[in-house]
Amino acid sequence: MKMLLGCTINAQEHTVLVDPRDTLLELLRERIGLTGSKEGCGNGNCGTCTVLLDGAPVNACLVLALEVAGRDVVTIEGVARAGELHPIQSALVEAGGTQCGFCTPGIVLAAKALLDANAAPSEDDIRHAIAGNLCRCTGYGKIVDAIAIAATRMREG
Amino acid sequence: MRNFIYVAPPSIEDAIGELRRGEARPLAGGTDLLPQLREGRRNADRIVDLKRIAELSAIRPLPDGGVAIGAAASATNVARHDVIAARYPAIAASARLLGSVQVQNRASLGGNVCNAAPSADVVPALICHQAYAHIAGASGGRRTPLEKLFAGPGRTVLQADEMLTALALAPVRQRSATTYLRFTPRREMDIAIAGVAVRIDLAEDRSIALARIALASVGPTPLRAMSAERLLLGKPLDRDLSLAAAGAAANDDARPISDTRASADYRRCLVEVLTRRALAACARTLNIALDLT
Repeated sequence: MKMLLGCTINAQEHTVLVDPRDTLLELLRERIGLTGSKEGCGNGNCGTCTVLLDGAPVNACLVLALEVAGRDVVTIEGVARAGELHPIQSALVEAGGTQCGFCTPGIVLAAKALLDANAAPSEDDIRHAIAGNLCRCTGYGKIVDAIAIAATRMREG
Repeated sequence: MRNFIYVAPPSIEDAIGELRRGEARPLAGGTDLLPQLREGRRNADRIVDLKRIAELSAIRPLPDGGVAIGAAASATNVARHDVIAARYPAIAASARLLGSVQVQNRASLGGNVCNAAPSADVVPALICHQAYAHIAGASGGRRTPLEKLFAGPGRTVLQADEMLTALALAPVRQRSATTYLRFTPRREMDIAIAGVAVRIDLAEDRSIALARIALASVGPTPLRAMSAERLLLGKPLDRDLSLAAAGAAANDDARPISDTRASADYRRCLVEVLTRRALAACARTLNIALDLT
């Protein structure tokens, strides 16, 4: 039996019919058409489906769509402002922190949650914040560099 | 995934009513339940979301000086809670070991308990803090020491129409220290091959007034290392304390199996080493240096 769900996604109100079995990831990708959030493992290990739920990073594959009723979701599509990349996105481009790109949306949102809470993270803080985001290309070094660069720039305004 | 009905009842009474209808499963964080449903390892035709019931996500002081952690409180909220961080740091630290930040933002301590994995990271520290499982059911409420809640891997003694509502921690005494140590091949995002939590309370004369040792991943359920606890009781916590003897006793208390992640022998060795290290860490917290050789 389908149910009506109301929630905010990237600052836009949505009312959609969902199957109780739909995950938040399926809601985003298949019902709303926001395909920036990826499905990697589908069981919470890889983090490429990371979105912000009321500001906190979660694995969209481990959340039922109906659980987000009345709540605020931010996906990778909601991070850039007026066509301008977020400092984390720019830094990932500059530092070579993205290669195939499949993990990048999740990395950006995990890093955004970190920097929103901690403006001056240590390298350990950064590595811990993205420990739930697997990258099979970069070896992580350049991703960690990029997040540190973004933190510095955001602090300096 | 089999089709199911999703309900989010407003009260514990309503939730119990929902649990009595068909094959129902309570949902807290869902980080274990959703993959299990998807892979057919657990089945449900009714999912009862507990997160609309405020008291199940609350962390509140108890009249005896202890603290009750609502069964659906997220690992992140538990780890960040002032009283938990200050008085139960081993529980805060254990909550930060559950999966990733993303998982901790969803996963609940109650869910980690009820999933009943022998490796559950939050359980040993909870057992050391003499946690009671508060249970609500159609025929009323009851409580049981947490270590008696487990029936086997993935199984608890909860009836189908019962649910865990809170984990009630004993008050923390003076001169008390608790540590949880685990061994994982990777630092993050891994399952304990063995885990050991140790709690030591000292009497005024610095002798050990209470010793609790709880083991993870070395038996069908989380275990107490009772002979190691008995060996420590009444002994002075000083350089004369035989860490080796306590470690060996815990090794003997473990009931590990060999599986794809480690052999039983290896797990026993880990229990021995982790027990020694956790005891030494407790001693350090209590400002006593122990010889860790």
